[in-house]
Amino acid sequence: MNWLDTVKTGLDAIRSHRLRSGLTMLGILIGIAAVILTVGLGEGAQAQVRDQINSLGTNLLIVSPGSATTGGIRGGFGSASTLTKADADALASKVAAPDVAQVAPATTSSGALTVGSTNWTTSVVGTTPAWASVRARKIDGGRFLTAEDENSAAAVVVLGPTTAQQLFGGRSPVGETVTLNNVPLQVVGVLQSTGSSSGTANNDDTAVVPYTTAAQRLFGGNARTSVNAIYLSATSSDTLSAAYQEVQNELLNLHHVTANTVDFTITTQESLLTTANSVNKTLTVLLGGIAGISLLVGGIGVMNIMLVSVTERVREIGLRKALGARPRVIRRQFLVEASVLGLAGGVLGALLGMIGSGVLPNFINSPVTLSPTATAGAIAIAIAIGLAFGVYPASRAARLAPIDALRTE
Amino acid sequence: MHVIGLAGVSKVYRSGVLEVAAVRDVDLSVHDGEFVAIAGPSGSGKSTLMHIIGCLDVPTSGRYLLAGEDVSRMSEDELAAIRNRRIGFVFQQFNLLPSLTALGNVELPLSYSGVPRHERRDRALDALGRVGLADRLQHRPGELSGGQQQRVAVARALVTEPALILADEPTGNLDSASTRDVLGLLQDLHGAGRTVVLITHEADVADAASRVVHMLDGRVVDETNALAMSTRL
Repeated sequence: MNWLDTVKTGLDAIRSHRLRSGLTMLGILIGIAAVILTVGLGEGAQAQVRDQINSLGTNLLIVSPGSATTGGIRGGFGSASTLTKADADALASKVAAPDVAQVAPATTSSGALTVGSTNWTTSVVGTTPAWASVRARKIDGGRFLTAEDENSAAAVVVLGPTTAQQLFGGRSPVGETVTLNNVPLQVVGVLQSTGSSSGTANNDDTAVVPYTTAAQRLFGGNARTSVNAIYLSATSSDTLSAAYQEVQNELLNLHHVTANTVDFTITTQESLLTTANSVNKTLTVLLGGIAGISLLVGGIGVMNIMLVSVTERVREIGLRKALGARPRVIRRQFLVEASVLGLAGGVLGALLGMIGSGVLPNFINSPVTLSPTATAGAIAIAIAIGLAFGVYPASRAARLAPIDALRTE
Repeated sequence: MHVIGLAGVSKVYRSGVLEVAAVRDVDLSVHDGEFVAIAGPSGSGKSTLMHIIGCLDVPTSGRYLLAGEDVSRMSEDELAAIRNRRIGFVFQQFNLLPSLTALGNVELPLSYSGVPRHERRDRALDALGRVGLADRLQHRPGELSGGQQQRVAVARALVTEPALILADEPTGNLDSASTRDVLGLLQDLHGAGRTVVLITHEADVADAASRVVHMLDGRVVDETNALAMSTRL
């Protein structure tokens, strides 16, 4: 009996027990769909985080104050403002840090912007013109801050798109005036949306003013000299680690501290990504494990059905043997049946997974990335499950003595 | 030339501590082209003997030559091949596969011996024509009467051109008209030169054969020529 005949026989058996075959396939189907969706969710979340982190800028280094040791007590990350505008100026030197392309110190405070009777509280960033390119932000209308604004501590502001929308509705805000801490500021431009928001910090809801304006006219106290962060861009992705070293050495020198008493932290996009991905990976493995268990249960379902099928068709097996079917032909017939069930369940499960990955983001507000590898892998696993769990019932069928099989009523 | 040569064949079943000899020391020869009936009441061992003759079961002791080949020591694969090529079975319960058409059922033994598709179909068509079912090719067993189903089974038995056609109570589930039909078919096959062995417990069915072997308690007790028997009566 050739393969084509064997496959036809197997399909025939599946067709003649539609309900039973359908239920068996359902087990595999749900398992495969779950695997595809889980992997898709995991990859979607990773891609989202990657986008968010990439939207911060390219080849970005972020220096944050913190880890200051005062009187033997080590302060937490960001607990002290040990970074100053002078640090940023020093890092901009091509001699001290040749691999740093641009430097943008930033001091961030919460502030209430007012236009007429409308007010909106947002995070106000005092920074230099380099900020836009370091953070990879583009201008949607008007212009960004200039060196002249910086030098003259001009009363100008660039709004994030969300902030502009909240304060001015649909109107173009360029040329209008907003008031912050009783200082009237002229809106000179609006930032382009980054298209992604990272939950806690909305990149689109912000107001950017010149550093000098923030330090001298808007906020007092610490804000005069200290900064909340220094954003730096390396000249290229290859020089990122060199830039990291240069920044670290320069700041250690400037702050007169050693690696043990360090009072700042340098973060790279890569380290952010690694942290975020490791969290996601744990989640994906967990969910994947659950999906894997449902696949296993589906596989056991196939075995169950095949065993029932063998028992129910003992007479048929006996007859086939009497007509000259060799044991291996009988075994092959049952293996084909089982793997066809697996294949059909796998393909339908993949389809369901694809439909699910299209529909699911509408409900749970989280992207699902379909991975072709995972889909192909899931189908392969489904066939393998069918085969693996079909082996035992198939060899049981093949071993039946023809006469015992025929005698069964 | 002997198609069947049984010498001292016994079959012992063990159920717990009891040993039951279903067939005891049977010697039997069937010539090429003979029509032999094995008759006996139920429990006489005729079914076990039929299973041994059909290579569905192996004897506990003794020697069995089928068309000159010793089948007592053959492997499962070899036995499957022997059943496929040398023997055509007709069973009491017809044993057709319900999901296949008449044509599909008759093609089945050919597919196990690897006959190419078109040749398979031609031979199955021919066999169904010989049993008078050329107009029922695409019917499934459920759509056929008992007599028609048994004729499909006869077609399936003869499609491989076997040396031996083995019919196990072929009329047990049929009415008298269909019984005459099927026995007529078997006689036609015998007339065409085939060897036919018929197992039955009904004397009038056994009469269709040219030789009757009577069995009782696992032994052959009497061999009669149908001719001799009718003169005796």
